[in-house]
Amino acid sequence: MTKLNSKIPEGKLKDKWSNYKAHQNLVNPANKRKIDIIVVGTGLAGGAAAASLAELGFKVKNFCYQDSPRRAHSIAAQGGINAAKNYPNDGDTVYRLFYDTIKGGDYRSREANVYRLAEVSNSIIDQGVAQGIPFAREYGGLLANRSFGGALVSRTFYARGQTGQQLLLGAYSALSRQIGLGNVTMYSRTELMDIVIVDGKARGIVTRNLITGKIESHFGHAVVLATGGYGNTFFLSTNAMGSNGSAAWKAYKKGAFFANPSFVQIHPTAIPQHGEFQSKLTLMSESLRNDGRIWVPKKLEDAKAIREGKLKPEDLPDEDRDFYLERRYPAFGNLVPRDVAARAAKERTDKGYGIENNPTKEGVFLDFKYAIERLGKDAIEEKYGNLFQMYEKITADDPYKTPMKIFPAIHYTMGGIWVDYELQTTVPGLFVAGEANFSDHGANRLGASALMQGLADGYFVLPYTIQNYLAYEIGTERMNPAEHEEFKKAEKDVEALIDKLMSIKGTKSVDYFHKKLGKVMWNNVGMERNEKGLKEAIEKIQEIKKEFWSDLKIPGEKNSLNVELEKANRVADFIEIGELMARDALNRDESCGGHFRSEHITEDGEAKRNDKDFMYVAAWEYKGENEEPVLHKEPLSYEEIEVKTRNYKTA
Amino acid sequence: MSAKTINIKLKVWRQKDANSKGGFEDYQLENISTASSFLEMMDVLNEKLVNENKEPVAFDHDCREGICGMCSMFINGRAHGPDTLVTTCQLHMRTFKDGETIVIEPWRTGGFPVIKDLMVDRTAYEKIMQAGGFVSVNTGGVPDANAIPIPKHDADEAMDAASCIGCGACVATCKNSSAMLFVAAKVSQLALLPQGRVEASKRAKNMVAVMDELGFGNCSNTGACEMECPKGISLAHIARLNREFLSANIKG
Repeated sequence: MTKLNSKIPEGKLKDKWSNYKAHQNLVNPANKRKIDIIVVGTGLAGGAAAASLAELGFKVKNFCYQDSPRRAHSIAAQGGINAAKNYPNDGDTVYRLFYDTIKGGDYRSREANVYRLAEVSNSIIDQGVAQGIPFAREYGGLLANRSFGGALVSRTFYARGQTGQQLLLGAYSALSRQIGLGNVTMYSRTELMDIVIVDGKARGIVTRNLITGKIESHFGHAVVLATGGYGNTFFLSTNAMGSNGSAAWKAYKKGAFFANPSFVQIHPTAIPQHGEFQSKLTLMSESLRNDGRIWVPKKLEDAKAIREGKLKPEDLPDEDRDFYLERRYPAFGNLVPRDVAARAAKERTDKGYGIENNPTKEGVFLDFKYAIERLGKDAIEEKYGNLFQMYEKITADDPYKTPMKIFPAIHYTMGGIWVDYELQTTVPGLFVAGEANFSDHGANRLGASALMQGLADGYFVLPYTIQNYLAYEIGTERMNPAEHEEFKKAEKDVEALIDKLMSIKGTKSVDYFHKKLGKVMWNNVGMERNEKGLKEAIEKIQEIKKEFWSDLKIPGEKNSLNVELEKANRVADFIEIGELMARDALNRDESCGGHFRSEHITEDGEAKRNDKDFMYVAAWEYKGENEEPVLHKEPLSYEEIEVKTRNYKTA
Repeated sequence: MSAKTINIKLKVWRQKDANSKGGFEDYQLENISTASSFLEMMDVLNEKLVNENKEPVAFDHDCREGICGMCSMFINGRAHGPDTLVTTCQLHMRTFKDGETIVIEPWRTGGFPVIKDLMVDRTAYEKIMQAGGFVSVNTGGVPDANAIPIPKHDADEAMDAASCIGCGACVATCKNSSAMLFVAAKVSQLALLPQGRVEASKRAKNMVAVMDELGFGNCSNTGACEMECPKGISLAHIARLNREFLSANIKG
């Protein structure tokens, strides 16, 4: 008997969410005041959840590691947010958004969750407008839309190239209002160190004040983690420098299962790496693929000449350019899903057609020449001006004159903590929202769907489902962490961990280990994986772990602001996350979405799924230090969708 | 994008904590690629310091894409350094010359006390936002997004204002340590849109009151804030703030 109960409501797919809401338990207003909810993270999911739960009357404690909730990395999302509004009258429906998301995820996400996501998508746009988010508009005053990968309709709402910023600031403004009203207590510059379980239920967290180093405990009737993804396991990614997987990892170690850890999104359009000292990759929005055409030279000698600076790309005639996405995928062209576009770039550069003169000779062109000819420079500037400016500041190249150089980069993790339909983990009272959970994107996330999912979870799902749990907690008295054994023990464990790190006193910096881990991850657990490479990765990661715990050096004190200690805490977890990712990738002996095993390729080079053996969610259970984790399977079944091989070549 | 390398000298403000007295320390770095960002250069410095068993320089940073607003350095006397329309994380080393001495300080203003080295406390901004930087709507129960058409021009202008990243460069640059550009950006954004119009005057009054309470100075129209704003937010928004503020006071 599996321990996984996804709690999918009865009824037809389109009725499930309505049925759930009609029959779930609620907490009455007088009791809400007596209930504390901890929300960790202030991005779209966390910020929206904290604000919405406080509006309902709950007492919320909200935590972030940055100096302000407004800094969460949702802010960096550029291109847009999907919703099934069908304002352009181009044939969109809730079902089509649901279908595209399931198909885009290569049939590895949970049908009922995805349908609900599509269902609430429209409310998010309404909410954003009501908050005063300045979405892009047409001259008639109505909202504008654009297209994103993996869809045949225009359903993406946007605010220039800063959609994530505007949506996050919307949630942040709602949150600020609740902080001002005293319904949310905000703890900034505070890092989660552990989750406290009392009698089998999540009852609080242990934190470290990043300025003073003080270890503190906080009680909550329920705990919500909205702490983002673990893409920084790879060291180089488009994530913020502080983005980390530690909250999810602590949850895993306290009994929450980790689902599909190997499902990582590699975004096709980031600025290529420029050197060994680089610490971060910058994304160029997928929206650029609306108007940019992707190409590499047809001839190897032209690629070489461009790399060496002997030939300018703008001087290469059209007939010598290989628009490889348009060539391979006529129906979707440059707007194929991210995993497909990323692999196609790798296929070309592996064969020597890369155009960037960096150590790996990678990079392809994203060219706006054709769009500028068609629409004029002004129209392109209006749509993408800030992205072009950003590109020019980083590279010193003018993309109005010469094509952008791009290459795939680690961007998003579809995997995450396993949650049921209510977003509750295998630990009662512990909920996970946004990128930190696993549920909606399967093996590949479509563009403009991360913002949608984060806000759906925060505004419209969690405020309902958490009450179904809390309705049974109204009799639970608030606990005083200072007097509670479990809290005291958790604090002690955290102190011990920090002491252990500080006492290594070795010779190598945290970054040394993080970079070393990142290389193994990118080479062996990256865009292409195979059995031999994954086994090797597990061995290498275990060696890195040993070296980390015997040769790490952290200058400074533990009881003060200590950035190296913060990083060490996170990297200690990244090392272990990396190993689980490799294990999961090894177990999943098929290709699907962003998980590409070189043993499983179709004749024309596409991912070859194995639905017979692998149509399940792989949920891993922690069994203790140096023990092998145990795999639990949640079978996936599709009632309303015919499972097919993904095809972006023909409509 | 031809990258070369340069050697630089750094004068960096070091301060143990809020209560200690700080001072400049000199460092030297060699072979810094001009293609690297300013913060990547700081990473190189810190890696060097750690390897020498010294404490690295504390500085705020996170997204490194110019949007989170966390990075905050005064470089050669200018907020976010000598380039225009960039945050420190987007500033690149090609802006500097071989052999140059670069002076790096934290934001210097009473409103943002130093926490450590180059890190400052911008909690004051949070308090201003909590006083009124929102539309008072709860989640749910709102009209359809297209129910009220908004002239494109208004939406665009609101977006110009809304692009504020809350970094504090305007305050750090202003000789009066005024937070007017920050407050104006939010007040103006919301006043331009019908959804925010409802509370426009009250919002201006409440946000300005907290701004004054926290000791930020007044605006004397020198325009330095606009010059140094990494997002190019225009002084015109301050005019709109003044209008809303005035109308709030007339209405009482």
